[in-house]
Amino acid sequence: MSSISGIEPVPPKPLVTAARLSVALPVLAVLLASAIFAAFVALYGQNPATVFGLIVQGGFGSSFAWQDTLSRAAPLVLVGLAVAIPAQAGLVIIGGEGALVLGGLAGAVATLPFAGTHALPMQFLMLVAGALIGGLWFGLAGVLRQYRGVNETISSLLLSYIGIAVFHHLTEGMLRDPASFDKPSTHPIDPSYMLPTLPGVSVHAGLAVSLLLAIAVHVVLRYTRWGFALRVVGGSARVARMIGLAVNRWIIGASVVAGGMAGIAGAIEVAAVQGTANSSLIVGYGYSGILVAFLARHQPLAIVAVALLIGGMQASASLLQRRLGLPDATMLVFQGLIFVCVLVADAIAQQLRETTRR
Amino acid sequence: MDAASIGWLALPLAILGGAIRVSTPFIFVSIGELITEKSGRINLGLEGTLMLGAMAGYGISYLSGSPWLGVLSAGLAGMAFGLLHGLLCSVKRVNDTAIGISLIVLGTGLAFFLGKPLIEPKAPPLPSIALGFWSSVPQVRAALDVNALFFVGIALAFAVYVFLNRTGWGLMLRTVGDSEEAARALGFPVLRVRIIATMAGGFLAGVGGSFLSLSYPGSWSEGLSSGQGIMAVALVIFARWRSINALGASLLFGGAGALGPALQGIGVTGYYYLFNAAPYVLTLAIMVASTSRAAPFADAPGELKLHR
Repeated sequence: MSSISGIEPVPPKPLVTAARLSVALPVLAVLLASAIFAAFVALYGQNPATVFGLIVQGGFGSSFAWQDTLSRAAPLVLVGLAVAIPAQAGLVIIGGEGALVLGGLAGAVATLPFAGTHALPMQFLMLVAGALIGGLWFGLAGVLRQYRGVNETISSLLLSYIGIAVFHHLTEGMLRDPASFDKPSTHPIDPSYMLPTLPGVSVHAGLAVSLLLAIAVHVVLRYTRWGFALRVVGGSARVARMIGLAVNRWIIGASVVAGGMAGIAGAIEVAAVQGTANSSLIVGYGYSGILVAFLARHQPLAIVAVALLIGGMQASASLLQRRLGLPDATMLVFQGLIFVCVLVADAIAQQLRETTRR
Repeated sequence: MDAASIGWLALPLAILGGAIRVSTPFIFVSIGELITEKSGRINLGLEGTLMLGAMAGYGISYLSGSPWLGVLSAGLAGMAFGLLHGLLCSVKRVNDTAIGISLIVLGTGLAFFLGKPLIEPKAPPLPSIALGFWSSVPQVRAALDVNALFFVGIALAFAVYVFLNRTGWGLMLRTVGDSEEAARALGFPVLRVRIIATMAGGFLAGVGGSFLSLSYPGSWSEGLSSGQGIMAVALVIFARWRSINALGASLLFGGAGALGPALQGIGVTGYYYLFNAAPYVLTLAIMVASTSRAAPFADAPGELKLHR
């Protein structure tokens, strides 16, 4: 076979090494980022060992820490998916924060006209309302890209700022509960509609929803022709058109589904934690989702693992502040370092893969 | 004429004054981004650089008592971040959009971390020039109380125009940005030019950030920047990669940004948040209007990859 076109069959051995490297390099990257972070806190007069000990303790050291970590991981998984799904089609959409807060707002007001009915359909309604609004918001970025050639990274971020402004306008205006004095909020949802706690782990059911969605996205992307089509579109729009894929529809569809994920994240925060939509929703989950998705290389199951890690790191911030007086932003610095190092490691891994293939 | 008799004129005056104040950081960040993009690279991370510059400028001004030393340090901090971006993006196969986003996280994180002790103290602000001395109307005086950095920004726009179009180094920068092959054939050091262009962009973004903390709004807080670094990227596209256009676009964005506070000043408060979102809506509208699917970026430098 190999002699027909002059193409040699790919020798198996270097590929194994490359595969091993593509696992080893990100691990090395995280270690390098940790070393730089250790130097940074040492310069600040803290013992790095103490800091790392507290990060582990605050994120994963007790059942209370695990509860905090898991309930942070739930929205992080979803906003991570919101970045990862369009990434399959070659898009970098980073406006998850806007879709999240608007999804939360939609979830908070969707059930207000229907007090005192069965909880399950109402909980479903909240999540669907959040998904629809979030999907609409990301869908706009997809439409602008496909029909007007507007860079989706910039447009999604602008839409995010606009979404947050609309959120403030509505929660402090038309949709405000007059009883909320110091913190403008919407009318609280019927307490019986709040998402229940998962038995055994005392974390809200939103965690289960986000895990199920991550698995569903994994299955769709990996095992169905939808996932394949999306990757073809992401690989080359020209090839995709040649084999008869409606590129616009796929790209806008992927954006809508992704926005839906961010919207559900907001609706879960309302339906499981806040009970109302107010500025507590705007805590930067949307931006953390970018980090989660890139560290997981846009793989849904890896997103779950990375969301746990980042959730744990964020959960430990308050412990670092209490014990050592380190500011909240300490974890932001650490996350930024990891982000940079992993991206560079990814580039190097890709180069190595290309050289071994030749 | 006294204050009470100017009536509705108060609104355009407040917008004019606001436009000058709000546009100043835009001028610096967008011209910085323009220089970087002219070399064929895009820096999405200027939002982080802006925050770092704002923090460094405020901190050094507080410690040294000299706001101009603060501006210089802000520029140097931004330049260091530009160097980092330039080096990281020189690694083959690296995703420069993602690098930009990661530097937003890192820059904001560093600024918040190091800036924590600066939230309380009051640093000496940048001086402003009272161009409204001839008038007795307080609104006119307020509107024409213009910061010196604004004039530096105007001079900068023209200087960059001359640099790009009339000097050998400018030609080298444009060649590197338009065709890497041609630049290599001419023996230009492509990577070095790009790294230096990114450093220059970072320096200007840092200076723009120092204006935020040292003049308007005029103190260090974690909510200081609200997307100016990202909007600069859109603004450069709108300005068709020309520095004089970038100056005009910055003034326009400044005017949009001044709309909310100006309306609040004359008592219109109902739509405060929506008016504050005006710059984002304007940016989006401009991007929709100034790009098209057929030829997205006709005047863009050839090596610039706005579409992957």
